[in-house]
Amino acid sequence: MGAHSEKVPVPEEVPVPAHGSHKPAIEIVESLDVDEAVAEAAAPERDIDVAVGDDLVEVKNLTIKFGGLVALDNVSFTIRRGEILGLIGPNGAGKTTCFNAMTGVYKPTSGQVLLEGRQLNGMKQHKITRAGLARTFQNIRLFGEMTALENVVVGLDARHKTSVVGALLRLPRHQREEKSSIERGMALLEFVGIAEHAGALARNLSYGSQRRLEIARALATDPKLLCLDEPAAGFNPAEKEDLMALIRTIRDDGYTVLLIEHDMKLVMGVTDRIVVLEFGKKIADDVPHVIREDPKVVSAYLGEPEDDFA
Amino acid sequence: MSTTDGPTPLPGAKASQAAADRQSKKGGAGTSADATHKKGLFGAWSEKWQAMPRQKQWLYLIVVVLIAYALPVINPPILSTEPGNDFPLALFSMAVYALVAVGLNIVIGYAGLLDLGYIAFFAVGSYTAAMLTSPDSPFVKIPYLWTIPLAIVVAMCVGVILGIPTLRLRGDYLAIVTLGFGEIIRILATLIPAMKGQVGFQNVGRPPGEGADGIPIFANSNGTPWYWLTLTILIIVLFLAGNLERSRVGRSWIAIREDEDAAETMGVPTFKYKVWAFALGAGVGGMSGALFAGQVGFVNNQKFDIVTSILFVAAVVLGGVGNKVGAVFGGALVAYIPLRFTAIAEYKYLIFGIALMLIMIYRPKGLIPARQRLLAYGQQAYQRVRETSAKKSAVVTEKEV
Ligand SMILES: Nc1ncnc2c1ncn2[C@@H]1O[C@H](COP(=O)(O)OP(=O)(O)OP(=O)(O)O)[C@@H](O)[C@H]1O
Ligand SMILES: [Mg+2]
Repeated sequence: MGAHSEKVPVPEEVPVPAHGSHKPAIEIVESLDVDEAVAEAAAPERDIDVAVGDDLVEVKNLTIKFGGLVALDNVSFTIRRGEILGLIGPNGAGKTTCFNAMTGVYKPTSGQVLLEGRQLNGMKQHKITRAGLARTFQNIRLFGEMTALENVVVGLDARHKTSVVGALLRLPRHQREEKSSIERGMALLEFVGIAEHAGALARNLSYGSQRRLEIARALATDPKLLCLDEPAAGFNPAEKEDLMALIRTIRDDGYTVLLIEHDMKLVMGVTDRIVVLEFGKKIADDVPHVIREDPKVVSAYLGEPEDDFA
Repeated sequence: MSTTDGPTPLPGAKASQAAADRQSKKGGAGTSADATHKKGLFGAWSEKWQAMPRQKQWLYLIVVVLIAYALPVINPPILSTEPGNDFPLALFSMAVYALVAVGLNIVIGYAGLLDLGYIAFFAVGSYTAAMLTSPDSPFVKIPYLWTIPLAIVVAMCVGVILGIPTLRLRGDYLAIVTLGFGEIIRILATLIPAMKGQVGFQNVGRPPGEGADGIPIFANSNGTPWYWLTLTILIIVLFLAGNLERSRVGRSWIAIREDEDAAETMGVPTFKYKVWAFALGAGVGGMSGALFAGQVGFVNNQKFDIVTSILFVAAVVLGGVGNKVGAVFGGALVAYIPLRFTAIAEYKYLIFGIALMLIMIYRPKGLIPARQRLLAYGQQAYQRVRETSAKKSAVVTEKEV
């Protein structure tokens, strides 16, 4: 599998507004009308000025074994700053496992994950989050008894510095952080389009709002890389398109996105580059229109029953 | 070619949920979320309370606090535990239990760590006070009031020492391990000669001051000053617990309780905050123990059994897990009932056992369910929410017109 670790030549036009270079398979709603001010308040320190296109995350020869099962087999790929990288593959291909390895949930059997050249293996999960990797979950995992706003503020807390004593005595830093977190929390909820439900308990939110809240909460940690695990699962086509437009807006706002999505058509439309996994192995890594024609990818997906594309 | 086929919506629940979402979006502001929110009697109360202006809230609070302070003097006939039990002493007992419940609520209610051995910290506090004030003890003696902060510190240290190895366990496993805590302290008290086993320590210290007749103000039989002291501490602890609740610390605890893995993934140092919950809870437990030891004046290894520990848990559950005001009521109730209804005192464990079962079946969130505000500037936040939804609905109506 040595071929996998070698770098795939990068087409020049890949990074930022790449979605003009190849026609999306379906019509995507143009960027949501989120005004600049909201975006600015939601993420004042985002990476927008940083050089676009250099390597942000490097996954090197990642292998994960569960007993005898090799869930990931020597997988290598890079994520470049400012792109939306798709991670696709049939059920059980190892996509979620790859996320879990990157975010520190699983310890890799071998291999490394580097964020801006800094090794993440062995770091505690919350440290990885603070280093700049945020994720959502395939099966929604919100804090049900907290309101939507509070959920987002938990994410914002990742950047806060108030100590237990500071909170106990309501020291000035605590007060400052609390005030700013309400502003930013509301702005983030507005950004993902659920601000009117800010005061509702997360468990009472509709399914679609919950998915969006997960994204807002992950964004709140101010990530360099946002990993979305099937954020549109269970959506109808129109809702999926809405969500993909949101993901583009997030990218245009200066974030880098790693997106797991089953729906090939959507992935083709929204991503700049795609990595394909099958049975834990990387079988392709290229721009969408090349992936579409790749016989290995086609056969991997043909081997699956129809339903799994949805 | 199937790879480019149109997406087929998933069958079943998710699709219909998504459809419901669409409906609610069309419906405009806040309809779906608010409609499903059920309010009980206490829910309505708490909503009324939240809606009150700040000054009015303070006014009510001051009245309630004044009544609480006046209780041993008024000795209201319906409430009174006399003639069976001295009422001021009963009030002291209730205040101590309330304090214990508020402390344990940090551990169980906020952080969701089922600690069945909380009595251990209570015992540590009692022994700290006894061993540093009783003439029976070979150690240096210090004034009683100094033992209260010291009991907090010692209990917190014990909390950290017990917490670090055990807090890696979760759920039922943690509960089983904590059951051992109380036993550890009890057995240590039996084995270590300096802790004097069943003989124990007599004449534990008391705060200074004597009345005109030469009898100490804080005499063992005089419940009123002990009650006032404990009530004052309880109020301070409630304020501090409220501060923690509405801060990143409280949010982290609730997040851990709701979904520990997700909390960790969102950047919450879960282990650190679990140890903090344990330590702070232990500190409050230790303080309660020191107060108890001072009032009773006698400490030995017979006072700290598992059953009492379970009674503490019952207090928290009765009050509504995660609700500090509820915990005060739960704690006071657990202490009050056997003292008030002496005829049934013998069966208190049976009664509380049955009550707990009924509560868990019919009101699993306790008598006063939790809905703490987790944002320090909650009022400000919800003002923003209202503005946003007002703006949203304005836009919707504009479009419709
Ligand atoms: N904790 C675990 N223990 C054992 N096996 C696991 C574990 N997690 C995942 N696996 C296995 O690893 C393989 C890859 O699973 P993974 O969840 O990464 O797939 P996926 O690509 O995300 O699939 P899907 O599209 O269904 O979400 C599967 O065979 C799965 O059963
Ligand atoms: Mg998966």
